[in-house]
Amino acid sequence: MVYLQEPKKQWRVNTMAKANDIKYLTAIKTEKPRKKFCRFKKYGIRYIDYKDAEFLKKFLNEQGKMLPRRITGNSLKYQRKVSEAIKRARQMALLPYVTDLLK
Amino acid sequence: MTYLRAPLSNHETKAIMQNYELMVIFTPVLSEDEFKAAQKKFVDFIKANSGEIVHSNPWGLKSLAYPIQKKTTGIYWVMEYVAPTDINEKLKIQLLRDEQVLRHIVIKLDKYAVEYNTKKRSGVSTGTEKAVEG
Repeated sequence: MVYLQEPKKQWRVNTMAKANDIKYLTAIKTEKPRKKFCRFKKYGIRYIDYKDAEFLKKFLNEQGKMLPRRITGNSLKYQRKVSEAIKRARQMALLPYVTDLLK
Repeated sequence: MTYLRAPLSNHETKAIMQNYELMVIFTPVLSEDEFKAAQKKFVDFIKANSGEIVHSNPWGLKSLAYPIQKKTTGIYWVMEYVAPTDINEKLKIQLLRDEQVLRHIVIKLDKYAVEYNTKKRSGVSTGTEKAVEG
């Protein structure tokens, strides 16, 4: 574990680094999570087709629920369009309302 | 009908045309000829109401994601048309009365949707392919 600050005083009892702690004093190589982006803005997609069920599955989890923007990174404008397209596809039985093991 | 003032010229002379897309799920029991006849019925209806067919695309038999009226398959048909705005209410009545139709949807197409559909028809890439990898 890498401390950004000095560990608090109450830990004084165990401040001596143990042998297996020392290897963590060198910087751990952690990959920074890639910044999310709105794929519709990036690739200039202006219309989301409700007929393309395979594409819409990218925005569903395996139970057929829609993924939040937090995960997909869509902008609000396009998330609204995605949700509209998914709901149309569900109406027309191209996508299920509820299921298990969609993917 | 009495107007308090003269009607706007556009309203009376020229109906406003819109791009629409109709998707219908027919029952799977239809034969090829019955399917063609059913399509023709709606195409004729739109033409009779001063509409115009842009493209008609029968998808054919496809399994449904969930059963509708205890049927697990349906015959899909997608059609794009340009028509005056008042046609859809009349078309809806026709579709709901028809017992061969399991379900239908009419979508108003904006300019981006029209562009997308034209590109897709002519086989040009629509840009969606890139987003799949991303």
